[in-house]
Amino acid sequence: MDLIHATAHELLGKLDRREVSAEELTRAFLGQIERLDGQVRAFLHVDGDYAIAKAKLVDGKRAIGDPIGKLAGVPIAVKDVLCTAGRATTCGSKILEHFVPPYDAFVIRRLKEADAVLIGKTNCDEFAMGSSTENSAYQTTRNPWDLERIPGGSSGGSAAAVAASMAPLALGTDTGGSIRQPASLCGVVGMKPTYGRVSRFGLVAFASSLDQIGPFAHDVTDCALLLETIAGHDVMDSTSVDSPVPPYTQTLDTPLAGLRVGIVREWFGVGLDGEVEASIRAAIEIYRKLGATIKEVSLPHSKYGIAAYYLVATSEASSNLARYDGVHYGHRANEFDDMIDMYSRSRAEGFGTEVKRRIMLGTYALSAGYYDAYYVKALKVRRLIRQDFDRAFEEVDVVVGPTAPTAAFKIGEKTEDPLSMWLSDIYTITANLAGIGGISVPCGLTKSGLPIGLQILAAPFEEERLLRAARMFERETDWHTKRPKL
Amino acid sequence: MALSHEEVEKVALLARLKLSEAELEKFTTQLNQIVGYVEQLQQLDTEDVEPMAHPLPVTNVFRADEVRPSIGTDAALANAPKRDEEFYLVPPVLD
Repeated sequence: MDLIHATAHELLGKLDRREVSAEELTRAFLGQIERLDGQVRAFLHVDGDYAIAKAKLVDGKRAIGDPIGKLAGVPIAVKDVLCTAGRATTCGSKILEHFVPPYDAFVIRRLKEADAVLIGKTNCDEFAMGSSTENSAYQTTRNPWDLERIPGGSSGGSAAAVAASMAPLALGTDTGGSIRQPASLCGVVGMKPTYGRVSRFGLVAFASSLDQIGPFAHDVTDCALLLETIAGHDVMDSTSVDSPVPPYTQTLDTPLAGLRVGIVREWFGVGLDGEVEASIRAAIEIYRKLGATIKEVSLPHSKYGIAAYYLVATSEASSNLARYDGVHYGHRANEFDDMIDMYSRSRAEGFGTEVKRRIMLGTYALSAGYYDAYYVKALKVRRLIRQDFDRAFEEVDVVVGPTAPTAAFKIGEKTEDPLSMWLSDIYTITANLAGIGGISVPCGLTKSGLPIGLQILAAPFEEERLLRAARMFERETDWHTKRPKL
Repeated sequence: MALSHEEVEKVALLARLKLSEAELEKFTTQLNQIVGYVEQLQQLDTEDVEPMAHPLPVTNVFRADEVRPSIGTDAALANAPKRDEEFYLVPPVLD
């Protein structure tokens, strides 16, 4: 198999055996970016010289036997909402077009300590608000399986970069499905860890009680490896949990005995595409064949998930994005009457339509007279959604179902109808409200050759169980070995 | 309940967004659709439900009050659209 199509753990083996150098590897991926990214448009910034310099450094360490990190020499792409010191971080927004962060995000520091090679920053919906990357102020990323279609979002650039073998690993962020949904649509593995498992320090905030950083990879083993690298407590994020990170890669291949798999009754109704449903049913049969107990469970409040989410997420966003004031950093209007006019014009010029729409909705939901009816009501429904999961996880170890209701849709298909776009997150959004972890693994292709993803969810901080359950499925199938023809 | 054009204008002012007339029109229609959609939450009886603002039961997290290195004035101001030495420049706030 070509180097570029290999997994990170295969590449690490080759690097350790000196079959390839980090520099050769980095050049191979840069070559693939050069060849394909004009079409796929997954990257906002690629800095070949920077990546090669790092790769040479790692090769030097290996040559003289210096201690090396666990991703030594492996290229990685990073969503452009994660701060990289001295290197542009735009969040897919015009308002941050010239922003250069003074510090690294915690996860970037972890990647550097692990000797990974940062190959570029990936495209996303503006401030991670969207499900297709069409809300990026710079470009729309194409789905590597069909260039007429969206890659999903908001971390569409990261998903497409891995799918198109332009990087073996990537980081994304997931506020309502923004890792799992593009992973599903691009045929790669994507994981949203439990809220608090990974530090959000240096992640440009969208909705602070929902945002979480997580991995993209070709397979579950790589996903475990990358999660191991980035998880853990950070004093700079007081919501990052101070509990040990289990050695996920070591237990991964041990199947879970007596696994109880929950099938969510409410997830198989109207709106679920027939081909997607057939693939998910086939995946459930694989678990049954492996000896798992299959049990139907109910999440009765999940149908309120989208409504609750869009009040909570937009309320938090309207507050978080108040920081873009044309004073401290970011775009500032050239002409204005006074201070308030300067704020209002700078923000109107800098933000795109979806971001404005969400700030408007959040501002409204938090405004005097509506706060209780909208924001507080949504928070109460959020608790009901969490309680649904708590009850389900008393009966089963994991729940499985579709990650997204359909395979990738066409570019432009949903841009004029925000509600229909939001509905593409219907199966992923409740995990963010509840704060639990979830993973999407490839589980099929439609007749027209578009990837389908299986979502697996588990109780908070059960990432080890989640990864082992995902790996049990992956061992029985070869969907994760498929690559788009480009 | 329906949001009027004037209410949407007021929200835009609160949000510090100078919207064009076309944007105001579009958002009035769309916000009404969205508010109509989220209205379904009112079907649920949540009288005795505690609001959940956060997934984790963390409350105050304290650390020792020790001085640590920080990024310094120059780095902090490096992204300012307008600055004067070690100050951010803003339009006059008082007449």
